[in-house]
Amino acid sequence: MGTESFKMLHFIFKRVLQSLLVLLVTGAIAFSMFTFVGDPVENMLGQERTMEDVERLRSQLGLDKSVPVQYFRFLTEAVQGNFGVSYRQGRQVSVILMERAPATLELAALSALFAVALGIVLGVFTAIRRDGFAANFIMSTSLIGVSLPTFLIGILLIYLFSVTLGWLPSFGRGDVVHIGSWTTGFLTESGLKALILPSITLGLYQMTLIMRLVRSEMLEVLRQDYIRFARARGLSDRVINFRHALKNTMVPVITVIGLQLGAIIAFAIITETVFQWPGLGLLFINAIQFVDIPIMAAYLMMISVMFVVINLFVDILYAFIDPRLRTAAK
Amino acid sequence: MKKTSRILAIAALMSSAAMVNAETLRWARAGDALTLDPHSQNEGPSHTMRHQMYEPLIIRDTDGNFVPTLATDWAPSAENPNIWVFNLRKGVKFHDGADLTAEDVVFSFERAKQPTSDMKELIGSITAVRATGDHTIEIETDGPNPILPSNLTNLFIMDKGWTEANNTTKVQDFEGGEITFATTNVNGTGAYKLVSREPDVKTVMTRNDDYWGRDEFPMEVSEIIYTPIQNAATRVAALLSGEVNFLQDMPVQDLARVDSADGLTVKQAPQNRVIFFGMNQGADDIEADNVDGKNPLADVRVRKAMSMAINRDAIRQVVMRGQSVPAGMIAPPFVNGWTAEMDAESSTDVDGAKALMSEAGYADGFSIRLDCPNDRYINDEAICQAAVGMLGQIGVKVNLDAKPKAQHFPLITDGKTDFYMLGWGVPTYDSEYIFNFLVHGRESDIGTWNGTGFDNDDLDAKIESLASNTDLDARNADIASIWRTIQDEQLYVPIHHQVLNWGMSDGVGIEVDPEDQPRVKYFTMK
Repeated sequence: MGTESFKMLHFIFKRVLQSLLVLLVTGAIAFSMFTFVGDPVENMLGQERTMEDVERLRSQLGLDKSVPVQYFRFLTEAVQGNFGVSYRQGRQVSVILMERAPATLELAALSALFAVALGIVLGVFTAIRRDGFAANFIMSTSLIGVSLPTFLIGILLIYLFSVTLGWLPSFGRGDVVHIGSWTTGFLTESGLKALILPSITLGLYQMTLIMRLVRSEMLEVLRQDYIRFARARGLSDRVINFRHALKNTMVPVITVIGLQLGAIIAFAIITETVFQWPGLGLLFINAIQFVDIPIMAAYLMMISVMFVVINLFVDILYAFIDPRLRTAAK
Repeated sequence: MKKTSRILAIAALMSSAAMVNAETLRWARAGDALTLDPHSQNEGPSHTMRHQMYEPLIIRDTDGNFVPTLATDWAPSAENPNIWVFNLRKGVKFHDGADLTAEDVVFSFERAKQPTSDMKELIGSITAVRATGDHTIEIETDGPNPILPSNLTNLFIMDKGWTEANNTTKVQDFEGGEITFATTNVNGTGAYKLVSREPDVKTVMTRNDDYWGRDEFPMEVSEIIYTPIQNAATRVAALLSGEVNFLQDMPVQDLARVDSADGLTVKQAPQNRVIFFGMNQGADDIEADNVDGKNPLADVRVRKAMSMAINRDAIRQVVMRGQSVPAGMIAPPFVNGWTAEMDAESSTDVDGAKALMSEAGYADGFSIRLDCPNDRYINDEAICQAAVGMLGQIGVKVNLDAKPKAQHFPLITDGKTDFYMLGWGVPTYDSEYIFNFLVHGRESDIGTWNGTGFDNDDLDAKIESLASNTDLDARNADIASIWRTIQDEQLYVPIHHQVLNWGMSDGVGIEVDPEDQPRVKYFTMK
């Protein structure tokens, strides 16, 4: 084994350890916050319950223990793949999460596709025609995408396309098809129609972000000497813009897209609430209102694992690409 | 361009196709049933779902009167005052074709008394249930229980054979995360049968054409599609766009809008829930005020003054947009013991209130913290905000602390608040229920929601005697005298009775139920 690959392994090992530490700390913070959300027992028992009922349930759920003990118990169970039982639904958390994941992943995938495709196309367009009326119009309307909060965009879309025009459904996933444990809305007409408004709502912010990024990168690249040479050689505009310029803008754009994918899944909460989308975000909101600690804990851990893993991969990829980072990491 | 117009045409077709099938009730409300097990989770939306598919012995109509359901008639036994005799309806079949017999009823009561059952408190007085014939049962209680039928209106009857054959005799251990056959499958006697269910997403039911009351009730809905929609704006949008045609949990601010929309109606009725403030009069000194060594709330004149400072009409008009009925007592109007006179006893008189305050030695007022929920009752936090201003007029400086219900209610049950908002519904339609929880001195299994510190042994004895007093006139006289004490003591500051609103498209015909329990068999569809 050469020193180079040993250095690399050492680097990865260190990063993995750091990631685990981050996860532990996130979990600890999450658990200490649960004590402020309220008393789940209050929601679980009806108004006719006696004090004995409350006490019995508290000890049954382990809520009479201190926060560190509860956290430790959660960790030891979670390592064995057991995330406990939802207080509100009375079912295994892992089963519920698996049931809800397809809805969120399909929505996130379509939103990401919408954001990336439209973001790049519009970004290139506004860069090439940067003084045109259309480009200016797109640039100023895109401000809406950045500045309006997601729930407002969602409600505006619902009022326009569902209530006023009656074209698209205002809530839910439509009919879904079961494929094994996965449910998909891509195979039915009502399922596809139900995806449109939530995807736009969820992807709009990312779309504007990508568009603006592509535009500024493009403007930067178009000023470079090699583009001028290409023009001087008499290459067509299309070849210059798309083969030479766009390719070189994509490196930072791809990095941002990768990081934003995690954000799309994590921030689906608001969109899912507005559209009653039966995914993980809606589940999480319900869990907070009901003080459903097992669901909250599992969801937060899942999201932090996702972000940590994405960041870990990005770090490792960078290290592969740029050897300087490896030495700096020593 | 062609493609767009094709999509539009399909969209138009889809929406018109949805309009043709008028017998489908597309029903939305804020939350979903927690489980289908009839004896787990004593909770509103869960009961609503079960009422379509399972049936109890007795239900109530919209005026609160008993309606014979699986029992045709019932009466206390002539020989033994501790026994009630119920005659069951003949010719009733469960969804799987089995006949309803007395054995099934006995079995269901025994099931509902299991430790994991959430219904066991309501039938706690029952010591034995016996089948005395194919269609007759006897229910024995631990003493005479004059209001036993009131506790049975949400107690659903299951088929013994089906339950045993599917190993679901034990009530689901909800907190233990148990899933049993009965949590996802239904075999009831009700007017609708379960087709499919995805928790929190969608539940589909279809009409039971073999139902015993098929000719007696309209039963014009052939299919029910029930979808919980949590976000209030989305819920209303779904009704406005015609995707749902029946809506519970209407947001107050959208009522006028929905009512004025073409083809939509809002119907309302007083709800079985009264909203009020509680004051800790029992403590020697309270923490949440600025008076040292004394408890201003212990003085009945202060409590009266605080009630007189509240302008209930202003709250009704401004905060509730007309959607409330000002209250003078903490009992909803259908409850046995409620009187119109006592419910009119709250009056607004700021000058009189100031005079009472100075008489009590608090001419300069005092400051106190008001604990208020912000996600439990209709406009709960806004009501508290209004009260802050009104109490300020008599010198009571209120610091409002509004929290989610999961944090608010423990304050009351743990005795950590001195001034709080609470709402109360009375499922038994009898004042005893209110006294047991809100008036009786606090002990481990009685007075659990009495956060006032009020503890009067004579009154407690009177309240306890209600449970076994079979002389209904004497019992009602006792109830009236207990209410008189509560009113004179100004134990609570009543605010208003909530009004319930259901939104629906014009074709749907149903009257609002005060317990927020729509029963689809009564629906007409045009």
